[in-house]
Amino acid sequence: MRRNRAENDASHAKLTRRAILMGGAQLLFMGGLAARMRYLQVDQADQFRLLAEENRINIRLIPPARGEIFDRNGVRLAENIPSYRIVMVREDAGDVDAVMARLSQIIDIDLETFESALDELKRSAPFLPVTIVEGVSWDEVSKVSVNAPALPGVTPEVGLTRVYPRGSDFAHVVGRVGRVSQKDLDALENPDQVLRIPRFQIGKINVEARAEDALRGTAGTKQVEVNATGRVMRELDRREGQSGADLQLTLDSKLQGYVQARLGGESAAVVIIDCENGDLAAIASAPSYDPNLFIGGISSKDYDPLLNSAYRPLVNKTVQGAYPPGSTFKMMTAMAALEEGIVGPDETVYCPGHLEVAGRRFHCWKRAGHGWVDLENSLKQSCDVYYYDLALKVGIEKITAMANRFGLGIKHELALSSVNSGLTPTKAWKRTARGADWVIGDTVNASIGQGFMLASPLQLAVMTARIATGRQVTPRLIKSVDGVEEPVGEGASLGMNDNNLRKMRRAMYEVVNNRRGTAYRSRIIADGMRMAGKTGTSQVRNITAAERARGVTRNADLPWERRDHALFVAFAPHDNPRYAVSVLVEHGGGGSTAAAPIARDVLLQAMAGGEPSLDAYPKGDRARIKTQQKRLRDVQPRAAIDGKDQA
Amino acid sequence: MSYLEYTVKSVPTGFRKILHLNWPLALLLASVCGVGFLMLYSVAGGSFTPWAEPQMKRFGLGIALMMIVAMVPIWLWRNLSGVAYGVSLLLLVLVAVIGDERKGSQRWLDLGFMDLQPSELMKITLVMFLAAYYDWLPAKRVSRPFWVLLPVIIILIPTALVLEQPDLGTSILLLAAGGGLMFLAGVHWAYFAAVIASAVGLITAVFQSRSTSWQLLNDYQYRRIDTFLDPAADPLGAGYHITQSKIALGSGGWTGRGFMQGTQSRLNFLPEKHTDFIFTTLAEEFGFIGAISLLGIYALIIVFCVITAIRNKDRFSSLLILGIALNFFLFFAVNMSMVMGLAPVVGVPLPLVSYGGSAMLVLLLAFGLVQSAHVHRPR
Repeated sequence: MRRNRAENDASHAKLTRRAILMGGAQLLFMGGLAARMRYLQVDQADQFRLLAEENRINIRLIPPARGEIFDRNGVRLAENIPSYRIVMVREDAGDVDAVMARLSQIIDIDLETFESALDELKRSAPFLPVTIVEGVSWDEVSKVSVNAPALPGVTPEVGLTRVYPRGSDFAHVVGRVGRVSQKDLDALENPDQVLRIPRFQIGKINVEARAEDALRGTAGTKQVEVNATGRVMRELDRREGQSGADLQLTLDSKLQGYVQARLGGESAAVVIIDCENGDLAAIASAPSYDPNLFIGGISSKDYDPLLNSAYRPLVNKTVQGAYPPGSTFKMMTAMAALEEGIVGPDETVYCPGHLEVAGRRFHCWKRAGHGWVDLENSLKQSCDVYYYDLALKVGIEKITAMANRFGLGIKHELALSSVNSGLTPTKAWKRTARGADWVIGDTVNASIGQGFMLASPLQLAVMTARIATGRQVTPRLIKSVDGVEEPVGEGASLGMNDNNLRKMRRAMYEVVNNRRGTAYRSRIIADGMRMAGKTGTSQVRNITAAERARGVTRNADLPWERRDHALFVAFAPHDNPRYAVSVLVEHGGGGSTAAAPIARDVLLQAMAGGEPSLDAYPKGDRARIKTQQKRLRDVQPRAAIDGKDQA
Repeated sequence: MSYLEYTVKSVPTGFRKILHLNWPLALLLASVCGVGFLMLYSVAGGSFTPWAEPQMKRFGLGIALMMIVAMVPIWLWRNLSGVAYGVSLLLLVLVAVIGDERKGSQRWLDLGFMDLQPSELMKITLVMFLAAYYDWLPAKRVSRPFWVLLPVIIILIPTALVLEQPDLGTSILLLAAGGGLMFLAGVHWAYFAAVIASAVGLITAVFQSRSTSWQLLNDYQYRRIDTFLDPAADPLGAGYHITQSKIALGSGGWTGRGFMQGTQSRLNFLPEKHTDFIFTTLAEEFGFIGAISLLGIYALIIVFCVITAIRNKDRFSSLLILGIALNFFLFFAVNMSMVMGLAPVVGVPLPLVSYGGSAMLVLLLAFGLVQSAHVHRPR
């Protein structure tokens, strides 16, 4: 086909026009692209640079080593030991199933762990280490290491875990740690970031929990560069954290161990306090449990018996428990009356076996009555009527105020969980708490530590120490934090009349050392170790008329949970008090039979700094005590500790 | 005008043709490919494998093909353009039947030594065929309805086949390149105005009808359009790519973070860092200066092509060169708009830089045609 030249030129001219038009449009668009580039790369550069850094840099926390806990002699009560776990990286393992099968032949893996590990391996990113088994022994670690060529991607790793070498002896003092729970996080206003580390352990109860801030330390940080899938490429910066502070307790682990062993399976509590400075030498609650069981999460097989036992092993009876102090309270009633000058120590009251108050008859424990009794005799024989009489004369407010000065009804600040403040009732208290007016019978009951009156064994020990010294001895549990000594609880003088205190101590001496004293059978005969004390038997419930009709009059005829609590408070040596002790045996019956022998044994143990000589015991008891000592020597605390090198 | 009418004597012969190649254009293309090697080396973490080395081999092959194509007289290619279009169409049908399916779309033919993407071939053969058509068509018939309808059909058939794969990006590119060529050939303004007006009308209608009784599309289709148009609405899906891409670009700043220092690409925050998003790596590592330089080279290629086309008196040659330039422009314009968050993510690679065999070979082949048209231009 031929075309003429003009037509040809015309169409080429048109093509040129449109080509330039289109080329221009393209350049214009490119100009737009350039402008956008400028906007992103120049105007917004800083912001995007920041975002890129945020993308790439991750801050990881390095968990600090938790502070350790020691007793007064430097014996470890809580320590960190290496715990081995076997981890596996999927991408290094290749055939995961085959490697897992080989691994399970080499070390013992239970089926449940095996399945969950396999499941986690398949779900998580291929480069992330997955824990297969935790808490493996050094033997198994060696086996895995030896077989490394057959186990690609499998490596043993070491971490720190908390261990309580003294097991059940210190469960109620040192407490325990556990994994951080959502509840723990919710309880804190501004939780430390370190708590978010997987497997991080936090103090759950007692010293571990109360001294958490000191024990935890501060986390270190490392900056790592990560890629889009979160794989760590390299470490950019590292800042070491601060290990937690070590704590030293005032407790003597040997004494504590003895006390726990002495209490055995009883539901009981013992507090031994140093009269000089308020240091707690032992604070034992029985039965106890092994805190090591809780660390990796306790099984319901282990937990249910602890929870359901009538002896309540999970409760720390020394500070959490509040019991009617019974006759051990009589010193308070007497002190109130003496200090007020209402009665003299030598004034006597006639005890006919009961006292009529406001038309109601209040019995003495001895129905036949004690006859004429003064302070010493009333305490020695634990006459109730004498104290009814005193209480009616002095009034409840004065008694309560005196009890408060001796540390009853006061919350002693100790690094333990749920410290009970007990109860020293007043008229105002009854009106607000019970909505009823105080009646004179309440005063009568309170005078012998019954009724509303409640005290914890710790409070009773403090009271005894204060009677023994006349000073405001304050209990101390933590001796030092990170080597820095905590203030001692020596205390200033209570400002009591010395003569009254001496009379009181003398009366308490008579309780134990007089042939007619209620605790005579538990006396110490070694000079310089002789003990002064007071028995107490607190009623859990009155024996009902129906039971009386059936012939139930004796405590032993009642079911265990309704028997009386046995109490005993004491200090020794009586003339130069060194230790004060309080003993409580739940539903143990009489204080003289159930509680006083324990107090004698533990006081002798404390004073002797170990097993006491049999010479301290009355001749008749020596054979029995010898077998008891032999038996207790072999009692070990309950502690299930993983790992090898545990002495 | 046909070559039969002017003196073929003035056209160089034999190896003298090499001297008459458009060398500046060839060098510009080679430098773009060079940038590509550099970036592929970088995104592989400083390694020639797995991307830079195969890409260089393909570049060698492509340059050889370009030379061979350039040596063959342009009129031969014009005469073959119908056949080329037919073959491409056949391959498109073939790929729909026996093609490899990857990532949910069926685009590739396994040729044994390489994977061929017939839609890439079609971009060039469509332009060739349309250029030949308008070379053949007398100028006065160009705007007549029948002669307009014919190229529309020629464009729509492959577009529909590509859309079916599905490959929205390439089909839009085909449509735009075909339409652009019709515009260059001199089809009357009114047709384009009408098409644009009706397209705008249709789009408006689709959106206006939303949540009314006469709604044109299903709800899920609207939602898909929403994410397509606004990836930020889907921050973990499509939006993630765009966000990371913008971070990479922006963090480059003026001078960039340095060769192989781009954290976004090195640490895998960028998706498809060796293909569709390779420009972001360049922008991150060489900054605004690097990015604008590449854009400048691209602009020069377009300008050189337009000048070469205008200077060429042969209508087929001019249209072909302009068509290829337009294709090339659409490639990088869409890609750059996409990675800078100006356009939806449609999977269009950066020409001659992104890793990929078909696209590079086809583009070098196309520039071989441009060179052939230049060497064999009427003098």
